[in-house]
Amino acid sequence: MDFTLSKEHEMARALFREFAEKEVKPLAQEVDETEVFPRETVEKMAKLGFLGIPVPKEYGGQGCDPLTYAMCVEELSKVCGTTGVIVSAHTSLCCDPIMTYGTEEQKQKYLVPLAKGEKLGAFGLTEPGAGTDAQGQQTKAVLDGDEWVLNGSKCFITNGKEADVYVIFAITGTVEKRGRLQKEISAFIVEKGTPGFTFGTKEKKMGIRGSSTYELIFTDCRIPKDNMLGQQGKGFNIAMHTLDGGRIGIASQALGLAEGALENTVAYVKERKQFGRAIGAFQNTQFQLADMATKVEAAQLLVYKAAMAKATQKVYSVEAAKAKLYAAEVAMEVTTKAVQLHGGYGYIREYDVERMMRDAKITEIYEGTSEVQRMVISGALLK
Amino acid sequence: MNLEEYKGVYVFAQQVDNEISSIAFELLGKAKDLAKDLNTEVTAVLIGSGIKGLADQLAEYGADKVIVVDDPELKEYRTEPYAHALSSVINKYKPEIMLVGATAIGRDLGPRVSARVATGLTADCTVLEIGDFPLQATPGQEQLHNQLLMTRPAFGGNTIATIACPYNRPQMATVRAGVMQKITPIKGAKANVEEFNPGFTPDNKYVEILDIVKSVAETVDIMDAKILVSGGRGVGSPENFKILEDLAEVLGGTVSCSRAVVDSGWKPKDLQVGQTGKTVRPNVYFAIGISGAIQHVAGMEESDIIVAINKDADAPIFDVADYGVVGDLNKIVPKLTEALKAEIAAAKA
Amino acid sequence: MKIVVCVKQVPDTAGGVKFNPDGTLDRGAMLTIMNPDDKAGLEAALRLKDQYGAEVTVVTMGLPKAEEVLREAMAMGADKGVLVTDRVLGGADTWATSTTLAGAIRNLEYDLIITGRQAIDGDTAQVGPQISEHLDIPVISYAQDIKIEGDSVVVERQYEDRYHVVKAKMPCLITALSELNEPRYMTPGGIFDAYRQEITVWGRADLKDVDDANLGLKGSPTKIAKASDKVRKGAGEKVSLDPDESVSYIVDKLKIKHVI
Repeated sequence: MDFTLSKEHEMARALFREFAEKEVKPLAQEVDETEVFPRETVEKMAKLGFLGIPVPKEYGGQGCDPLTYAMCVEELSKVCGTTGVIVSAHTSLCCDPIMTYGTEEQKQKYLVPLAKGEKLGAFGLTEPGAGTDAQGQQTKAVLDGDEWVLNGSKCFITNGKEADVYVIFAITGTVEKRGRLQKEISAFIVEKGTPGFTFGTKEKKMGIRGSSTYELIFTDCRIPKDNMLGQQGKGFNIAMHTLDGGRIGIASQALGLAEGALENTVAYVKERKQFGRAIGAFQNTQFQLADMATKVEAAQLLVYKAAMAKATQKVYSVEAAKAKLYAAEVAMEVTTKAVQLHGGYGYIREYDVERMMRDAKITEIYEGTSEVQRMVISGALLK
Repeated sequence: MNLEEYKGVYVFAQQVDNEISSIAFELLGKAKDLAKDLNTEVTAVLIGSGIKGLADQLAEYGADKVIVVDDPELKEYRTEPYAHALSSVINKYKPEIMLVGATAIGRDLGPRVSARVATGLTADCTVLEIGDFPLQATPGQEQLHNQLLMTRPAFGGNTIATIACPYNRPQMATVRAGVMQKITPIKGAKANVEEFNPGFTPDNKYVEILDIVKSVAETVDIMDAKILVSGGRGVGSPENFKILEDLAEVLGGTVSCSRAVVDSGWKPKDLQVGQTGKTVRPNVYFAIGISGAIQHVAGMEESDIIVAINKDADAPIFDVADYGVVGDLNKIVPKLTEALKAEIAAAKA
Repeated sequence: MKIVVCVKQVPDTAGGVKFNPDGTLDRGAMLTIMNPDDKAGLEAALRLKDQYGAEVTVVTMGLPKAEEVLREAMAMGADKGVLVTDRVLGGADTWATSTTLAGAIRNLEYDLIITGRQAIDGDTAQVGPQISEHLDIPVISYAQDIKIEGDSVVVERQYEDRYHVVKAKMPCLITALSELNEPRYMTPGGIFDAYRQEITVWGRADLKDVDDANLGLKGSPTKIAKASDKVRKGAGEKVSLDPDESVSYIVDKLKIKHVI
């Protein structure tokens, strides 16, 4: 077992870090404060291929492995949680299912521009009544001639109004399973601008405030029959498998937030003086930092392991769930401690740790709450 | 190479538009010291077109002899004809030491010439002295005397090295502008002027100058400023920045400020020094009425010299200042401006 | 068109200089980067490649580790990398370095050679012009803009108070300023591709038309007599005087430091 990264990965990290420091960090406070989607940053990332890192080159991507992608989200999130989730939702939740389940035509039409960053992607599964309980879907799709007609709404959709291509889940019928009727769910690719596809309210959030979180509304929205993604009725599997990958992205975001908070805190305690000494000279500070650093590294190992599992295994649900569960909880704990070690300044928006703590909370909630991750992990244990 | 043949301290007397650059006088000042230690003469090498009349000025600043290379090909600075001129002078006259200013011209000419005459060149020196190499007698190595010891900063000013060029001649150095002292000009001094023309035959290395664009003075980016006069909240009001501007003007510097000043709307954001502003490393940084919060210090601690004026003796700015003055900036700064004005006027006279 | 770009791997002095507890520079702890002026030179070459079509070969001299900057250059878009490394080349000053690089470049075809103006570790700005002298080609230093016109380059050459628009026949050497442009980033896929490519490694034996007497520490005319790390700046002096005394105090200090 070798824990050293390859030279390629080290150089990729250096690239992501340099980009994050120069292009993303200077905007992080403003993006949070104004809640404006960082469109220019997304365009810059598109030019550099950051929006298609794990997509094969023949589909316009960079042809890199999931670890490289995870490191990208990690480094971006170190300085700006918003930017991290934009890349994660686009890549894991939109590019990935089209890459995995799409037809050649769908890949050419949608994946290529997504991977090149000419288009931005989003994913619509959650509904007002169907969060953790994905089976509680209400959105319906009915085949009418050569078109599917969508009705219903999706909520809390990341990249909501900014995306161009959406992977949307809807009920396409019912099936009998063990004598009980169950909803049959299918996946679709929906383009922005399709008549009947509109946006509801923009959510005002605690953190990741620059990410565009919207309600998507479908009213007799007609999409071509060919835009069904994967087989009819396989939507639930597609959603769950997609979320396995998505969790690696969110785990990377959480990891980045924790690392960013730790770095900020280490710098701060060296400079900040109380009682005539740098607060880093106090043992309480030292012990807190030791715990933070240890947990951050443990989180990193779990995240990288899950990313490698995605590269080499067909199923990696448990690895992804463990990575997300742990990294998210570490992010919350480390950012909270970071604020505490900053004292009063940590509570002020001028200091990055304040934002990081708010950004961290969502990582315990979206793409499967920590409770869902525990269900996945324990489910595998007790199978 | 017979090192004994090489004699005298030579200075490349840079001129632009037939006006001698200040660096030439600075080099002559230093050359005079070195020549005294070596018991030899100072020679200025004047290269250009229609520049003979400038020789007297060089004499006034300490040149015992002036070699003039005057040719129409030398009207504007171009690497090749100038390199040919200077290396021909070196080959003919065999100087022991050849000093060149570390200017945009000298840093192009110096390396080209040193490569042509096959000697070493030490860049951007800040201290030049005559001494032994090796500095201490070392068993098994002959200690050479009367060597030019050239000291220069490297690693962005984080290290200092002293370099010698013991086995090649001339010992060549480019010297940073503004470091060496000119002598007080000796009115009416005359030098032995000698004309020399090695002949100039244009070849592929003679580049063609299509246009010359002189830049108009524009507002200096604080990151490029050599001297910054930076004010904080302690300055009290936007109007009161006038006293800082006066000080900056006298020193040829630029005014910058702390975040508090920008937040108060007294100064624009592009003048802000610090973590959320710009990182600066001027030669001299005046921190006036600036308490020195970490965020500010992070943006200026690399400055070569930090002078702080603050009425609060416990202000953290004093932890990084080289020269800290506890006192009222309103009383000190205007007087400082006047005093410097007088000093500079006296130095020019 | 064939362009050769010389790059150097340097410690990142701008990105945070690290010190040992005794105040000396901790070189081991400092990251290495592609020298900024060289990176601008590479970017200029890549732009010429984008605009006119060119093959860009990056050459570096250094320890085997310097291969990293070649990979970086290739991840940005350079076509080939040449690493010149040999024990006998170590300890070279600018004369020996430029002799070595010229010896390597003689093996390559080139219309244009671009080097950075200077490296942030040495700050000498000498190697570029010296290479041009060894190769007997024109040099244009301090380039702030580069254009190709037929078999010539037209360059804006910067001086303190002006610039010259200079035209030179190729082959020609240009030294680039970091202000010349904003270098592009690598791409993630480009990084992995760069590591799949072969790098040419040359030693002493591969250098063309160079004399051993001009290489490495022994072939360097300049010798280091003394080197010391500047001790990190701490608190200096603090005085509490009346205004007039304060003024004289500051004026004296500025005089000692040759500010005035």
